[in-house]
Amino acid sequence: MTNNDNIITVKNLVKKFGHFVANDHLTFEVRKGEIFGFLGANGAGKTTAIRILCGLSYPTSGEVKVAGFDIYSQRDQIKRNIGYMSQKFSLYDDLTVYENIRFYAGIYGLSRKEIESRAGSLMKRLNLEDAKDKLIRDIPQGWKQKLAFSVAIIHDPKIVFLDEPTGGVDPITRRQFWNLIYEAARDGITVFVTTHYMDEAEYCDRVTIMVDGKIAALDTPPVLKKKYDAANMNEVFLKLARVKVEA
Amino acid sequence: MRRFAGFVIKEFYHIFRDYRTLLILFGMPAVQLLLFGYVITNEIKDARIAILDPSKDEVTRRITEKILSSGYFILEKNLSSYNEIGPAFREGKTTLVLVFGKNFAEKLGREGKADIQILGDASDPNTANILVNYASGIINNYLISINIEQVPLKIIPEVRMQYNPELKGVYMFVPGIMAMLLMLISALMTSLSITREKELGTMELLLVSPLRPIQIIVGKVIPYVALAFIDACIILGMGKFVFGVPIQGSIILLLAESILYISVALSLGILISSITSSQQVAMTLSLVALMLPTILLSGFIFPIENMPWILQWFCQIMPPKYFIIIIKSIMLKGNGLTYIWKETGILVLFTLAFILLSVKKFKIRLA
Repeated sequence: MTNNDNIITVKNLVKKFGHFVANDHLTFEVRKGEIFGFLGANGAGKTTAIRILCGLSYPTSGEVKVAGFDIYSQRDQIKRNIGYMSQKFSLYDDLTVYENIRFYAGIYGLSRKEIESRAGSLMKRLNLEDAKDKLIRDIPQGWKQKLAFSVAIIHDPKIVFLDEPTGGVDPITRRQFWNLIYEAARDGITVFVTTHYMDEAEYCDRVTIMVDGKIAALDTPPVLKKKYDAANMNEVFLKLARVKVEA
Repeated sequence: MRRFAGFVIKEFYHIFRDYRTLLILFGMPAVQLLLFGYVITNEIKDARIAILDPSKDEVTRRITEKILSSGYFILEKNLSSYNEIGPAFREGKTTLVLVFGKNFAEKLGREGKADIQILGDASDPNTANILVNYASGIINNYLISINIEQVPLKIIPEVRMQYNPELKGVYMFVPGIMAMLLMLISALMTSLSITREKELGTMELLLVSPLRPIQIIVGKVIPYVALAFIDACIILGMGKFVFGVPIQGSIILLLAESILYISVALSLGILISSITSSQQVAMTLSLVALMLPTILLSGFIFPIENMPWILQWFCQIMPPKYFIIIIKSIMLKGNGLTYIWKETGILVLFTLAFILLSVKKFKIRLA
């Protein structure tokens, strides 16, 4: 390991689907405890990269370490140390709130006692105690999203990967959702989040902007804004994307 | 292990909360069996017969009596001339007409032979064929019975239908339905339940979790093994106690072979779900690719020997075919493993092949 403060290191990651290059020589590091934003338009290669980091897909070439483990040879260790939430807020519609929590806690090997106590405090924090025995299909979308996030970190992972976690959710719920992300970060969980909402980039400690499978920029939002002489991250992104188009 | 147990419990929740699945799982075997057992039957009872008897002597009356008391025929009408035969058929009720020659008894006594004509309504060829056979059988029996008194030397064949003396249709339907339903339930239900997770996006979460892919698959499959096994018992039980189909051989062997067949079907279901990611496609594939061939090409209803050679070749790659051979052999003939090891081996090969293919597919998808 080059640096003990890096929880994810990626060197020259390449992923090809046939002739299409989805990830073109990505190189970056994610530091312990930060909220790391992965930004880009749809099809820029964000989801491909996050799937590789989670072990859902193998890279074509490159060196990737997650939580200190190699993604080729130490998948099992990685899996135990990460949490994942996709844009579908994947909970089971026909199970109750409590059953969903218990199931996900269970597959991460928590003991019955731990499950009891964590499920209790989780439902309390989300004000879901009254909905404990309600089926997921009967609760509002915003609740599902928050529950899905809390479930993704119920086993106290070192890193949580969020793939467009705020897709299709109203702005107020999005704001509340980011409060949950901050809380998790305060508890020491590194957050790796992809999004195409540029306003959310402002909430991140550092952001990577992907354009056409390549990393176009990587830094803190204030530095990026200064560098590209922009009022907000949206302008930064537009400038970067335009350079690409002109080139 | 605790992880895995939690996973299996979750699967049972899915099944028991979906009343439609439950209805299919436990309603279908009973309904199908009753339908096939009672409705679709090759035995014909109470067929309407018309008789034209110009002789009206002792022998023709005896033959008529025999025919009408056989249980197969009911007298629709007595005809008085040839011209009435056509209209009788056209009316639609009469399916068979029996015409005696003139001076029947006298001719039989003097010349040793007499004429009888049997006309069947062949607009339904199968029925006509069966009825004609019934009628000529009865007439032959009668002839034999009067001949015994006259001719001292005589060869009388005594026919016995081994393993199904009454030629009951259920003997054929119980194995067939078992092959069909176990295939359907196991393959359809597992492929649906796996593709459902893919559609929901929960499959990704499972793959990211410490559960191994093999644990996910096995966890998905276990509940259906249990349910399909219960179904097998329901079908066998109903076959025995409602329809009187015997189980001559070892029940344990029969159940073991059923579990083997269930594994074939389940691995096929897994293969289907590894090819597709939508429930719709999985359903269509299972129904079209499994249901019809199981009914048509397994020897369940139509004898394989009579098919064109291309179809016969197709039949060889139908797992239900071998299972039907196996259960018939155990249930009706009471055979042990020594007689069915070949078929058993083929089913094992099927399972291995399907699992191997799915694993390969699965790996490609991950890369």
